[in-house]
This record gives sequence, C-alpha cells and structure tokens, in this order.
Amino acid sequence: MAKTAFQEFTKGLWSEVPPYRLVLGLCPTLAMTKQVDMGFGMGLAVTFVLVGSNVLISLLRKVIPKNVRIACFIVVVATFVIVVELLMQAYTYELFLKMGIFIPLIVVNCIPLGRAEAFCYKKGVLPSFADGLGMGLGYTISLTVLAIIREVFGNGTFFNQPISFLGPSFQPFSFMITAPGAFVCLGLMLCIMNLLGKK
Amino acid sequence: MREMLRLFVVVTLFGAISGGILAGVRAGTQERIEYQQIKFVKGPAILQIMKGCTNDPLTTRFKIKDGKEERAFFVGVFDGKPNTVAFEATGKGYGGEIPIIIAVNMDNDQIVGVGVTTHRETPGVGARVQTDPKFTSQFKGQSIKEPFKVKGDGGKIDAISGATVSSRGVTGAVVSSGEIYNRLKSNIVEKMKSIKS
Repeated sequence: MAKTAFQEFTKGLWSEVPPYRLVLGLCPTLAMTKQVDMGFGMGLAVTFVLVGSNVLISLLRKVIPKNVRIACFIVVVATFVIVVELLMQAYTYELFLKMGIFIPLIVVNCIPLGRAEAFCYKKGVLPSFADGLGMGLGYTISLTVLAIIREVFGNGTFFNQPISFLGPSFQPFSFMITAPGAFVCLGLMLCIMNLLGKK
Repeated sequence: MREMLRLFVVVTLFGAISGGILAGVRAGTQERIEYQQIKFVKGPAILQIMKGCTNDPLTTRFKIKDGKEERAFFVGVFDGKPNTVAFEATGKGYGGEIPIIIAVNMDNDQIVGVGVTTHRETPGVGARVQTDPKFTSQFKGQSIKEPFKVKGDGGKIDAISGATVSSRGVTGAVVSSGEIYNRLKSNIVEKMKSIKS
C-alpha cells in the first residue's frame, strides 16, 4: 500500500517523530535544549540538511552503486552540514558560538543518514522531500518543546527574556538546566508520548 | 574490474563536486564571516576605546602586510578627520597570550585607549586587566613610543595588586604595539589618505 506524500510528511510530525518515537538524534536533543533559541536553531539546521540530502540522494539513487552507498551518503550529508555551518557563521554568529561543535556533529547524527539509508535510497523524489520536511519539522518541534520546558523552569526565561507569569517568588529550578535534568526531562517526555500513543 | 572502476569514478565525482560547492559557498560567505568575527570578538573593545568617533570603525578598515602576518587596522573619525587607528597586539600573560586592541592618534602619536579582548587569565584576579578601567586608562594620553614598564620593574604603570604577571602582559602588549606602530607608520599614513572623512 503506497502512502501519499502528505502521509509521509505527517508521519514525521507525530507517529514517527524522531527523538520521541524513533529515539534517534538524542545527543543534540539533550545538549541543545538548554535555551529555546539553541533548540530551535538546531532543529532548523537539521531540517535544512535533511530536506537537502533527502532530495539529492533520492535523485541520485540510480547513480549511487550499492557497495559504496554509505560513503556517498556521508559526502552528501557532510556537504549540506558545512553549508549550514558557514551560513550560520555568516548570518547568526551568536547562535553559532553557542551551538559550537554540535553543528558539525549533525553529520554523524543518525537522522539524515538513517533517512537516506531507510527511505530515500528506495523512494522517489517527492516522498523523500515530504519525508525530510516532516522529520525535520518534527525534530524542530520536539527540541523546541523540550527547550521551552527546560528554559522556563530551569532559568525562568523564554528566548533569553525574563518571563513574569510565574510570579516574583519563583525560584529557578536549576536542575533542569543541567545534563541530568535533560535526561529526566527527556524521559518524562518519552513517557507522555508513549501514554498518548497507547491504543 | 569494470564494476570496481565505476565505484571509484562515482565516489571521486561525489567528492569533487562537493568540494567545488563548498569552495563556492566559502568564497561567498568569507567576507561576512570575517566581519562577524570582528564585530563579536574585537568589536566591543574597539567601540569602547574609540568612543566619540563619528563613523563605524568596524567597516572602515584596511590591512597591511607585516612580514608574514597581515594586520588589520580600524580607522576612527574624530571631529571630521580620520586621525585614529586601532589595531591588535599581544603580550605574554599568566594563562597565555593576552591580545589587546590599542587606538593611537596619528597626529601626535598618543594612545587614545587600550582594551583587552579574549584572554585566559584567572577570573577575578588576572582577568581584572580587562574589567578594571583604572588599569588600562593609565596608558591613555601617553606617547606610544614610551617604553612602558610596571612599577615593580622600574616603570610607572601601577600593576593590579595580585595580578602582576597579567599587568606586565598588557604592558608588554602596549610596548609591542609601539614597535608595530613604528614599523608600519609610513604604510598606515599612506592607506589613511584613501579614507574619506
């Protein structure tokens, strides 16, 4: 049963959302969600890489020999990652400084390589594009949600702006900002997603 | 054998095309990246010591070759005349090199200001050479040709107490900037002529 492009797009947003359902790409999910701008930026960078590499790999899937496909995937993904890195350096330098090593590390993130191997090498351009866009946006939303929880409760700010609705007596729950806090937060999110997904 | 050759050709082509694309993107963004680095790393120090200038010193800049190195000079316009240049120099501190930005008035060779940029001195101790304006303001108005030394070494610069090595590092950086200035002054004057106020 062939799925439509629209279904390929929406699966990335809910039923196969990368960090919570596929449990892929967790390293930046933990490290880049201290602040909302970091999480959002990371998500968009991954989206750009995913859409680009998905489309290109599915276009070239007849040209790429089976034996060396992984090497070719990595070259394609790495090219897009370096393009993103240069663009971020040129236009969003402050964010680039904050995200640091995690931008080049998108190359070894399992999502772009996994999609290339599991999806684009077998499917056409349109479903691959839809898949990349859906997965990327799903990843962006996931990271942003996690970052909102961590930044609001852990630091009392939102997009680096202090927020007032928590009241003046609010004390930042700084555990949320630390690395163990990221694990606990991610675990709770996985738990909620599993409860919601229960049939 | 033919299959082998095909693998080689495909991977080589992938690498070559990707290299070409990246070289293109890099060439296209290089100038902007350089500007961003200047703006966020050296920019705050430059703007602080050039306070009161009527132009944007970060965009009014030129480069001069100094031996193997290329040095960037930032021009400040005061009272309608481009008469001040700021440039970078380094001295040896406690935690490594201390880079400073120093601004010099070309008309009378006086120091307009000194600012420390990215250093690795001990926070709260040596790092005060960056945050304590009393220390760096000692250089203000002095001639850049003077051989500055901290008081402990027989000079007249008051070192920050507990941070003699860092203070000596900044003083050394000012002295080495004097050497750079003397060496390149004629080139600087030449380049300044082309800058409109």
